[in-house]
Amino acid sequence: MISKEQKLWIYEIMNKIRYFELKALRLFEENKLRGSVHLYAGEEAVAAAVCAQLTDDDYITSTHRGHGHCIAKGAQLDKAMAELMGKETGYCKGRSGSMHIADFTKGNLGANAIVGGGIPIATGAALAAKLQKNDKVAVSFFGDGASNEGTFHESLNLAAVWKLPIIFICENNGFGISVPVAQSTSVENISDRAVGYGIPGVTVDGNDVFAVYEAFETAVKRAKAGDGPTLIECKTYRTLGHWTGDPQTYRDKKDVEMWRDTKDPIQLFKKVLVDAGDFTAAELDAIEEAAKVEADAAAEFAINSPNPDPADVMDDVFYDA
Amino acid sequence: MSKKTYATAIRDVIAEEMRRDENVFVMGEDIELLGGIFGCTRDLYKEFGTDRIRNTPISEAAMIGAGVGAACAGMRPIVELMYMDFTLVAADQIINQAAKTRYIFGGKAKIPLVIRGQQGIGRGNAATHSQSLETIFMHFPGIKVACPSNAADAAGLLRTAIRDDNPVMFFEHKALYASKFEVPDDPDFCIPFGQAEIKRTGKDVTIVGSLLYVSRALEAAAELEKMGIDAEVIDPRTMVPFDMDTIIESVKKTGKLVVVHEAHKVAGWGAEVASQVVDGAFKYLDAAPIHLGAKACPLPFNIELENAVVPSVQQIVEAAKKVCYR
Ligand SMILES: Cc1ncc(C[n+]2csc(CCOP(=O)(O)OP(=O)(O)O)c2C)c(N)n1
Repeated sequence: MISKEQKLWIYEIMNKIRYFELKALRLFEENKLRGSVHLYAGEEAVAAAVCAQLTDDDYITSTHRGHGHCIAKGAQLDKAMAELMGKETGYCKGRSGSMHIADFTKGNLGANAIVGGGIPIATGAALAAKLQKNDKVAVSFFGDGASNEGTFHESLNLAAVWKLPIIFICENNGFGISVPVAQSTSVENISDRAVGYGIPGVTVDGNDVFAVYEAFETAVKRAKAGDGPTLIECKTYRTLGHWTGDPQTYRDKKDVEMWRDTKDPIQLFKKVLVDAGDFTAAELDAIEEAAKVEADAAAEFAINSPNPDPADVMDDVFYDA
Repeated sequence: MSKKTYATAIRDVIAEEMRRDENVFVMGEDIELLGGIFGCTRDLYKEFGTDRIRNTPISEAAMIGAGVGAACAGMRPIVELMYMDFTLVAADQIINQAAKTRYIFGGKAKIPLVIRGQQGIGRGNAATHSQSLETIFMHFPGIKVACPSNAADAAGLLRTAIRDDNPVMFFEHKALYASKFEVPDDPDFCIPFGQAEIKRTGKDVTIVGSLLYVSRALEAAAELEKMGIDAEVIDPRTMVPFDMDTIIESVKKTGKLVVVHEAHKVAGWGAEVASQVVDGAFKYLDAAPIHLGAKACPLPFNIELENAVVPSVQQIVEAAKKVCYR
């Protein structure tokens, strides 16, 4: 059961992510932002419904498409946008750009530009939690494509034999860049792969906040009980290109429109909230509007922030006590 | 001759070699419909079909290992990596397998495998997508390493690589794909490995650079000319085998050496060149060689920081002035 308070939080986070992404896209198109920028629009239900059940003490690892996970795990839009623009005020002082945002104070062990690179790291965070007996859990977010990397398979096995408190969240958005899942992946559902490691695997509608929430709730219980990992596959769709500037010749415009217009996770969630009488449409519209304003302000903050000083470039290569 | 981009030159050679030899095929991520993210296989699936222009799952270790296996079994695979940084995901298959298979089996195996892709700075791809890795693959005996700095070299060296019966790592540079150059039309145009090219003759100082640093060394040479310093610029073109002779001959003439690369300076190949020049031309040297390379720091995202990490044209100029006591 999602509390009313959590519903509101989830709705707010989804809108923050959406407007952050749309703003980043705009900045990229205006040449104010460079590099590889992978947007999460259309997949917001997953990050929001999962992170609603985590505290700052729990861990996540994220991917190249990481803004949504970072925001849901507590990132401020202004510092995230500043990082996208390579500014000193960004989460990683302009060192990381879009693909490696991290905030260790919130348990975000980082977006990761190497596909599959974060999965073993989350596994290690879960190992630490188990050794420290502190009741924390770790979550690894990754794409369908990443489930074809060796790191995925090795990590699932390791986490399973050691019964680690980790939840593997596969965001199956149908493609790895231009390649449809069926062409690259041997199983119909990524969750089928759980069988090979003797752990539960479930597939849910990744655009349905409630479905993701419930599957994750069960998985966290299992993890905290010491029974080990769960693989949750969230079927979703990215409604923008793989990166900003992707011509998207590999997919049918009609599919994109269908997902965008009829399966938008924010609109679906909003409808449920209003129909159930949890909130009025006006209340939710106000949250949406506030997210838009916050994303605009984040862009202003980022644009007006200073660049890092090249004289400091060698800082942080090593830890100096 | 035809004027072509670096990317088109690569694509054309792949197509010509696939027509010439049915054992040549390509596998990589997003190389069919998308034609590779830099267009090096654009539309080739239409002519050759998806058996020979083959999309892979995102599984670099399996792709490269399958390249080794297919090569052992008589094929001539070309594996495209979207970023050469991903060689590190598959390092075992390259370093422990591809490089060693022939030797450890007493010379019985033949591995005609090309692993190609791009590397380097210039697109704000940050630490894990901007590295220069040719140096580390030079360290392990058994793999050849090519680094083309223009479209003609890309064509001539790639054809040689595909026809070679050894594993070849082929390092392209992301900042060069759009650059244009006259490329010979001859379908057998090959540039032998181990032949450096003197890009500019000069008598005062030898500057050695590869990939993006060929044009940067030439820019530095143009600056130096204004100061009355006549620089000779040499592009090794292949790192394994490495044409030391051309560099040693040049240093015998100029008495001074500057080596510059985008790869990290520490244990970078420039140190090897300097060391061999000291061995081979010690008594001709008028000054200690200078070796320039990236700072000992990961490549940062911010462009000003990125530029601060790799050697600048100005640093090349300063180094050349220093060895010339100017
Ligand atoms: C090891 C590695 N291989 C390839 C890439 C290039 N790459 C970046 S994103 C991507 C597709 C990833 O697909 P998926 O895991 O399904 O995530 P999605 O982009 O769909 O969210 C690829 C191939 C990479 N960054 N790292």
